[in-house]
Amino acid sequence: MTLMTMRDAIAAHVHDGDTVAIEGFTAFICFSAAHEIIRQGRRDLTLCRMTPDLIYDQMIAAGCACKLVFSYLGNPGVGALHCIRRAVEKAVPGPLEIEEYSHFGMVGRYMAGAAHLPFFPLRSYLGADLAAANPNIRFVDSPYGDGQVAVVPPLNPDVAIVHAQRADAGGNTHIWGLLGVQKEAAFAARRVIVVVEEIVDEAVIRSDPNRTVIPGLVVDAVVHQPYGAHPSYVQGYYDRDNQFYLEWDRLSQDEAAARAWLDEWVYGLDGWPAYLSRLQSRDPAIWTRLAPGQALSQPVNYGAYR
Amino acid sequence: MDYTPSEMMIVSSARALAGKRVVFVGVGLPNIACNLARRTVAPDLELVYESGVFGACPARLPLSIGDPTLISGATSVCSMADLFMNYLQGGRIEVAFLGAAQIDRFGNVNTTVIGDYRRPKVRLPGSGGACEIAIHAGELFFIVRLKKRAFVERPDFITSAGHLTGRPGERAALGMPGSGPQLVVTDMATFRFDRESGEMTLASVHPGATVEQVQAEVSWPLKVAPDLETTEPPAADELRIIRDELDPHGIYA
Repeated sequence: MTLMTMRDAIAAHVHDGDTVAIEGFTAFICFSAAHEIIRQGRRDLTLCRMTPDLIYDQMIAAGCACKLVFSYLGNPGVGALHCIRRAVEKAVPGPLEIEEYSHFGMVGRYMAGAAHLPFFPLRSYLGADLAAANPNIRFVDSPYGDGQVAVVPPLNPDVAIVHAQRADAGGNTHIWGLLGVQKEAAFAARRVIVVVEEIVDEAVIRSDPNRTVIPGLVVDAVVHQPYGAHPSYVQGYYDRDNQFYLEWDRLSQDEAAARAWLDEWVYGLDGWPAYLSRLQSRDPAIWTRLAPGQALSQPVNYGAYR
Repeated sequence: MDYTPSEMMIVSSARALAGKRVVFVGVGLPNIACNLARRTVAPDLELVYESGVFGACPARLPLSIGDPTLISGATSVCSMADLFMNYLQGGRIEVAFLGAAQIDRFGNVNTTVIGDYRRPKVRLPGSGGACEIAIHAGELFFIVRLKKRAFVERPDFITSAGHLTGRPGERAALGMPGSGPQLVVTDMATFRFDRESGEMTLASVHPGATVEQVQAEVSWPLKVAPDLETTEPPAADELRIIRDELDPHGIYA
């Protein structure tokens, strides 16, 4: 495990043709990693994510992906993902293979992947068409004579990227707020990059071990990248930049405008610090506007058992 | 007092949650309806979001089902594995309130695709958790704007199961624990499902709408309940909460 720059972490751990899972359900969406992947020109990625969100809309517009594995394609609270729709409906900028599940199915795939199970059983897909559309969703008889149950195959990404509030230099990662499938994706992946708002002392992590969602044991690189999940949010650090979600909805309806945006905000910049300073010069009050205020938890006593 | 058809729809949806304890809240309009219910007819209502939140007390109208306002002050925030395994599949969800792009007379819903799955005319969001929610929630309520292209004879894809072909016992035979669709609230009328035939039945028209107008927006010959009612219009207090507290920017109304 090493503390790395985003550029080095992506160069070392994300390769052409990889299966990549950048997880974080409506929160902790690591746009800073996605932009670096786009900038480094990765191709033929299989992108896995329950909710592709704007992050994969941008990566697919940039031509990084050949396949998308997902369970809900939407701009949350806003509408459609126009770049992914263009790829699926019109093969623009190129054809995009899709492999589709329900949310529970995607959760189960990561759980099976993490626990080295041959499949994950779930009571879903009954009376609906998704199992017919995706031959990886199957039904098996319960060995205990309990009728049939749906199963989904394990998902073991080559690399998982997870954004969080804080980690120590050893990659032990505290997350609070929506836990999504970050832990399951991290344990399922062959390599893990954790991107955090703050690097803290190991003592901070050890003061609250229940909050350590991902242990350094499974982490290959830690990247310190404040505001690295903009325009999504990080609980207690900054709010979602909904203006951007609305702006993307408008501009991404036009393919040329989406490409121009990528030119200006991704290819034209040399990294996330440049992105942040550009954001701030356009909108000087941005971090005041997105500041969440304070709602502290009550400390707990773990006890000093000597 | 003046109100919009959307406000009528939100108010009727909220009222349907009177007496309910645990509601699974879907994307979009259900969000505002369930939050209105918690502030009016069902103050003890536990709002459950598939993002992993149980007992949300949002201080503002959530922008999405993953809004950070759902976390602060919630009863519990858990992983999505916990949410789907223990809360949903474990049978703890009394009612789920969802949206739909297309719905048929038996409450089967499409949120996946218009046209052919492999060559879609319009690619819609897909299941999210809807496929399993439709199986496990005790009851399913829908909130959908009444339009002929939404109330279809045959959905292009079935994302989440309703009463299937309407045969009694069909859901149970497949092993689906939930009772399926019970209510559809629209901006013009409210529908319930016939216990025997599983068919969507016009139960109530909103003030100013007629049965003919409703039928004109439904693709199949509509069954009308013998005791068809006129919906009670929104009260001043319900409108005030929507306008001043839940949706001050008029996004939904």
